[in-house]
Amino acid sequence: MFVLVEMTDTVRIPPWQFERKLNESIAEELNKKLANKVVYNVGLCICLYDITKLEDSYIFPGDGASHTKVHFRYVVFHPFLDEILIGQIKSCSQDGVHVSIGFFDDIVIPPESLQQPAKFDEAEQVWVWEYETEEGAHDLYMDIGEEIRFRVVDETFVDTSPTGPSSAEASTSNATEEVQKKEAPYTLVVTMCINFYSLVSVVVYSVSEIAPLSQGTDCFKLTMKQSQNERSGKGEKQSFSCGCSVF
Amino acid sequence: MEVKDANAALLSNFEVYQLLTDLKQQRKESGKTKQSSGQQNLNTIMYETLKYISKTPCRYQSPEIVREFLVAMKDHKLTKAEKLQLLNHRPVTAVEIQLMVEESEERLTEEQIESLLQTVTTILPGDPEEQHRDSAMATEDKAATDVV
Repeated sequence: MFVLVEMTDTVRIPPWQFERKLNESIAEELNKKLANKVVYNVGLCICLYDITKLEDSYIFPGDGASHTKVHFRYVVFHPFLDEILIGQIKSCSQDGVHVSIGFFDDIVIPPESLQQPAKFDEAEQVWVWEYETEEGAHDLYMDIGEEIRFRVVDETFVDTSPTGPSSAEASTSNATEEVQKKEAPYTLVVTMCINFYSLVSVVVYSVSEIAPLSQGTDCFKLTMKQSQNERSGKGEKQSFSCGCSVF
Repeated sequence: MEVKDANAALLSNFEVYQLLTDLKQQRKESGKTKQSSGQQNLNTIMYETLKYISKTPCRYQSPEIVREFLVAMKDHKLTKAEKLQLLNHRPVTAVEIQLMVEESEERLTEEQIESLLQTVTTILPGDPEEQHRDSAMATEDKAATDVV
């Protein structure tokens, strides 16, 4: 989930901070500049790991502050492809389920990546997994606050640095153009659809029992029985714990 | 600002947890001498990340446990990313192993998956409350069968 990124930067220390230890001032400045910010094509910066090298500090004419080139390592949130993560459902909309992991919210599950068949319930504004068994269809709702496991499929970085002055027409209609579209600088596209395809056969699962996961919650543990496995020739019992509520 | 290496090293959740708790300790000790205006971002991200990581199994890990785990994982022939995922998530079922290990059906036999699960659950400590509850339930069941 987290990676170490080596970076270099020139840090400016103003004169009134000269009495403090240089390392502390530099660490504070770097954290002030990078913590909780997304760096393009790198990820969400968390905090400073360490300072590897400090070059000489220079004072330039006209500016009383010292400028120091620093080589440092920063802890960055950047999950790799196909990594499994656990998060909570924040909201559901037509374009998918939005998941959050507390410090990072721009995670979206597009409708195609939900367990099929899935439909969007307009009344409750939630996505529903319609699970068919011999007994009938079980509707598993994706409720807000439920914990789910997902796999990272794709990531998108958007350069949100300010653009220059726009053309003449835009400047005339300034009242309506005030609110610019805020794009998330870093988005993760994830999936909940895990395909259990082996080389030879399609593995079919059927629900053999539904048991409460823990007392007092709406979460149920579905025990799936593998009905056919042509390669090994025997059924296996495996269980999923999905963060679903069964009504 | 220049990025020299965007992927210098992978960090486990435990390492980040240690780093953040140490940083929090340092900031608490140094007192309120820092201007809070610029530090708000750092405070927010530290709080949220710590809150998230504290809910994962890495809370109960230590450097010795991680080292022991990696030594035990040597013979299973897994990639770095797979070992990292096992360390961060502590899977207890075969399904979870299949999700984290690529092509596990071809690379690992059932016995290997079982032994992998055994290694993970014995070396990596889980939630002590859950373990007490599981062992309590196990003794209850045993008592019930004894009575019968």
